[in-house]
Amino acid sequence: MVLRIITLVKQVPDTANIPDNAMKADGTVNRSALPAITNPEDLNALEEALKIKGLITAITLGPPSAIKVLKESLYRGADDAVLVTDAKFAASDTLATSYALTKAIEKIGKFDIILCGRQAIDGDTAQVGPQIAQKLGINQLTGVVEIISADKEHVKVKRIIDGGYEILKSPLPVLITVRGEANEPRGPSVKRAMLYKNITCKCNESYDEAYLHPEIGCSCENIKQWSAEDLKADLKMCGLSGSPTKVKNIENVVLAARNTRMIANTAEDIGALMQELTKEHIIG
Amino acid sequence: MNPKSVLVFIEQNDKEIANVSLELICEARRLANQLKTSVSAAVLGFGLKKKLDVLAHYGSDEIYYVEDKRLEHFTSVPYAKIIAELITKHQPQIVLFGATINGRDLAPRVSAALSCGLTADCTNLQIGDYNFQGKTKENILLQIRPAFGGNIIATIVSPDCSPSMASVREGVMKMSAPDQNRKAKIIEEKCELTASDFPTEVCEVARAAKSVDLKGSKIIVAAGMGVSSKESLDLVKKLATALGAEIGCTRPVVDAGLLPLECQIGQTGSTVRPNLYIACGISGQLQHWTGISESKRIIAINSDPNAPILKVAHYSIVGDLNDVIPKMLKKIMSYE
Repeated sequence: MVLRIITLVKQVPDTANIPDNAMKADGTVNRSALPAITNPEDLNALEEALKIKGLITAITLGPPSAIKVLKESLYRGADDAVLVTDAKFAASDTLATSYALTKAIEKIGKFDIILCGRQAIDGDTAQVGPQIAQKLGINQLTGVVEIISADKEHVKVKRIIDGGYEILKSPLPVLITVRGEANEPRGPSVKRAMLYKNITCKCNESYDEAYLHPEIGCSCENIKQWSAEDLKADLKMCGLSGSPTKVKNIENVVLAARNTRMIANTAEDIGALMQELTKEHIIG
Repeated sequence: MNPKSVLVFIEQNDKEIANVSLELICEARRLANQLKTSVSAAVLGFGLKKKLDVLAHYGSDEIYYVEDKRLEHFTSVPYAKIIAELITKHQPQIVLFGATINGRDLAPRVSAALSCGLTADCTNLQIGDYNFQGKTKENILLQIRPAFGGNIIATIVSPDCSPSMASVREGVMKMSAPDQNRKAKIIEEKCELTASDFPTEVCEVARAAKSVDLKGSKIIVAAGMGVSSKESLDLVKKLATALGAEIGCTRPVVDAGLLPLECQIGQTGSTVRPNLYIACGISGQLQHWTGISESKRIIAINSDPNAPILKVAHYSIVGDLNDVIPKMLKKIMSYE
C-alpha cells in the first residue's frame, strides 16, 4: 500500500535575504520588493515526504501568484498540486488560514500523513499546523528532525524539545511539522521542471485518484484551483470575518537613539573603555 | 471564585515547574490587578502536589490541578483537550502560555478547539481599549509583538472571542519577589480521558542540563552575521572566555549552523538583561534588539557605520571586529 501524503507549502517574502533596493529611505523594508520564495522549512517537509516515497499532493493557500511554490514542489517530486485561492480568504489570521486548508484537505478526503514546515519565516507563529490537526481531529508531532520509520499504520519520529529530544510513535493519520535541521532539501529536477514549466491551473477541478495509480502512466496535468465556494467553506469562517485576531495598530519602529559614546578604533580609546568598565565593576 | 480570571498554563518537565511559567504568573498578577480579577494556574501532571505552593507565592489565587500518570510527560492531544475543557468550564478572560517548544505545540491546538485568537511570542502585554466600527471594547488584552522581519511592531487584539490568548518567551516578563506566606486554593480536577485520547506513545526522552546559561550571566559576548568566518567566531569566543562571559548570537548565526539554538537571543530566542552586552557584527534588527534592550551597558562593534545598533548602544565602535577585539583582549590580558 502506498501512503498518501499531503504537504502544505506557503509562499513567503524572503526576509532572510533583503536586497538593498528593498530598503526604503526611512530604513523600513518594502515587502513587495522582496523575492517570493517557498517557505524554507516547507521544503524540508517536502523532502521528508519524498523520502517516505508516498504519493504526494502539495497544497498552498495564497494569491494566484502562489502557483509558483506549487510548481517548485512539482519540480522536486510532488505528484499533484492544489491552489486554494479566493479573495474571500484574504486577510486571514492563522485560525482562518487553518480553516481554509482544513476544508481543502477534507475535499481531498483520504490521507495518511500531512507534512508542513514548523513555521513560516514571515510570521514565525508555528500555529497553522497544530490548528489544522485539531480541526481534523488528528494527532500532531511538531518540530520533528527525523522520521525514523513510516509504515502503513505508524510513524516514529525524533522531536526536538527544550534541552534535548524525544522519540515518539503515533498511529496514522498524523500531522507532522518539520524543522530545518531535518535534511538538506533536494533541488528541482531538470526533467520535472521541463514537464511542469508551463502547467496551468484548472478551476474547481475535482480531485481524482488517477495519479495514485502511476501504472496507468498519468501525471499531473493541471494544478487544481479551488475557491471558497468549491470548498463549500462557511464565509463566516474565512478571511477577516473568520479571524478572531485583529491588528489594532502597527508602528514603524525607529529605535530610540541613545546618547551613544563613539569609541575610536584605537588601542588607546578601546583600552580606556575597558578600564572604565572595570572601575565601574561592569567587568572583572 | 472569579469567572473572569487570568489563567496561566503551567509547564512542567520532569516534575519541575518551568521558569517561564513563574514569570507568566507574575505577569498575570500585574494584569489581574489592573482588571481587578484573580490569577489562576492550570497544572497537568503526576505527583506535583507538593510543588504547587510556589505558584501561590508568585501570585496565583486558584490552582487547577489535573493529576494522572498518563499526563506525566507532555503530549499534544490530551493536554490540549484538558486545557480546552478547563477554559470552557472556568471561563478565564485571558490565557497565557510560555512560548516553549511544548507551549507552542499546545496553544494553537487549544485556540483551534475553542476558535479563539492566539498571538505568538508577545514581547509586551497591556490592558487597553479597542475601537472598531463605532464600538468600543474596554479593558481587553493588547498583544504586542514585532512583525515582518522586525521592522514594525504590531498590537493585536481578539475583541470578539473569549478568552484572549497569547504566548510569551522565557525571560521576557520579569519575576517579582515571591511571598512565602501567600496561599492559593487548590482545585483538583478529574481527568476524564480514554485511551484514544493518548495517540502518542513516548518511546524515549533525552534531556541534558542546559550548557548555556544566558539568562543568568552577567556578561554576554554575542555574534551576528558580521562574524562570518571560523577565525572571527574563535575571536569572539576568546573574548567571552577572557571576560568570563557566555556566548550569544543572532538568529541568522543559528540558521547558518555556526552556533547552537540555545545561544540565540532575541524575540524568537532568549531575552537577556546582563550588566554588559558586547554585540559583535550585529546590525541591530528589532527582533534582536527586543531581546537585549534592557542590558545595563551595550558595546556595539560594527564595520558598517550605518548599522542601526551603533545608534542605540551605549558605546559604539566602528571597525572590523577582527581588528577591534584583539585590542580589547590586549587590555584585559594586561590585568593578569
